Amino acid sequence: MRLSNITVIDYGMGNLWSVLSALRYLGCTPKVTTDPDGVLNADALLLPGVGSFSKAMSALTISGLDQAIIEAVTIKEKKILGICLGMQLLGVSSTEDGNTAGLNLIPGVVDKFSSGEVGVNKVPHVGFDSVKANPKATLFKNLQSEADFYFVHSYRMLPKGLNGKSSICSYGVEFVAAYEEDNIYATQFHPEKSQANGLILLKNFLAL
Amino acid sequence: MLKKRLIFTLLYNNGKFMLSRNFRLQNVGSLEWLQTNYNFSHISYSIDELIVLDVTRDKRNSQEFCSALKLLTEGCFVPIAAGGGVNSIEVARNLLRSGADKVVVNSALYENNDFLRELAGEFGQQCVIASFDIKATLDNDYQVWSESGTKCQVESAATWVYRISQNDFVGEIYLNSMDRDGTGHGYDFEMLNLLPLSMKKPVILAGGVGNAGHLALGLADPRVDAVATAHLFNFVGDGLQQARQTLISSGVKLPFWDIQLLKQLLGNEYTSK
Repeated sequence: MRLSNITVIDYGMGNLWSVLSALRYLGCTPKVTTDPDGVLNADALLLPGVGSFSKAMSALTISGLDQAIIEAVTIKEKKILGICLGMQLLGVSSTEDGNTAGLNLIPGVVDKFSSGEVGVNKVPHVGFDSVKANPKATLFKNLQSEADFYFVHSYRMLPKGLNGKSSICSYGVEFVAAYEEDNIYATQFHPEKSQANGLILLKNFLAL
Repeated sequence: MLKKRLIFTLLYNNGKFMLSRNFRLQNVGSLEWLQTNYNFSHISYSIDELIVLDVTRDKRNSQEFCSALKLLTEGCFVPIAAGGGVNSIEVARNLLRSGADKVVVNSALYENNDFLRELAGEFGQQCVIASFDIKATLDNDYQVWSESGTKCQVESAATWVYRISQNDFVGEIYLNSMDRDGTGHGYDFEMLNLLPLSMKKPVILAGGVGNAGHLALGLADPRVDAVATAHLFNFVGDGLQQARQTLISSGVKLPFWDIQLLKQLLGNEYTSK
């Protein structure tokens, strides 16, 4: 099976090592880029990220990576996988540290888990939790309809108003654990930290 | 439903991995030794998280620690937290660039409250684990200790645990019993009474595990989200795998993954690496 020639976007927000080591484990030779040209010339993109939304967006903006990502995804129709903060950055905006606009590739707003919606659950949402896969979602091929993935986040996107395939996790409130629409893919959880389940999901993305 | 976690904590000291008993360190072996005896990509299929702490007492060499961390974590697809001497954004960033997803802060908790704010501002609150080394006092109270268990804090453990668990810059709380550390006598459950009743952050319990039964008791406590053990020898060989199996068959809600399916999909050459 041919695997994508994947480029990981490095904008200085941690966690590259884990993603790269998972991709190598799956038999890829990932490229890493810090500049817009690297993004525009990529076959497929991976946007990782741990940290604060506003800092990440300003890092993307200063380097011109934001416009390059939008162009690669919307005009060149390259597939992209956003992971954790990388998924949130694909959204319309986030309320983390004030209100910051995102890349606007997924029409969802990122907001903090409110104590009302999570009930007795703790925030941040940390640990392995089960995800109810959308039956049509290609990312979950070969996995059980409910599989465990590793989450670590305080902000979430809700499925309301999203037209693509949302896979759901329930944490007092049902939020988007994974999303796919055309060439845009995203996971709120960390597949590179989710043992066999995560490796299978990454493999599915690479094989698309 | 959120699963509970089984965590392995590795103690690193100046290029070597250690056993600790009541905070006295004993050299176990080098990184090569560890990799020969503990194939970490194999072991990581039995745990839900790995914590690696640089417990070097004199001068830490953070570059060497980061190199060891990178080697350890390659092929280890679980969340990884690292700590030991985390007292600046720069130290934290280096750890996060060497395979860590979260950083463990201990001594700096007591020095500088702005540091937690800065860390959370830079990497997010979920990235910060506040770790408390806790020792019982003669009058049945608890005290927290910093600087690798050498410096006793004046204010009580309850005060510190309450203060840190209420702030918005910490994602998780790690409670380590210095009295039980390395003894194999089981966890100190009294220590959990230090937690405020309205605890909103995940709690990791550490110190004292000798067998799978101790892990099960820890996981059964509703105040505990994750149990940790740093005892290499108790879990030598397939000890961890067996402990996990015992826990899952006794009904503990640990995450599930299918190694056989992965092997099938990737071909055996991947998973036997």
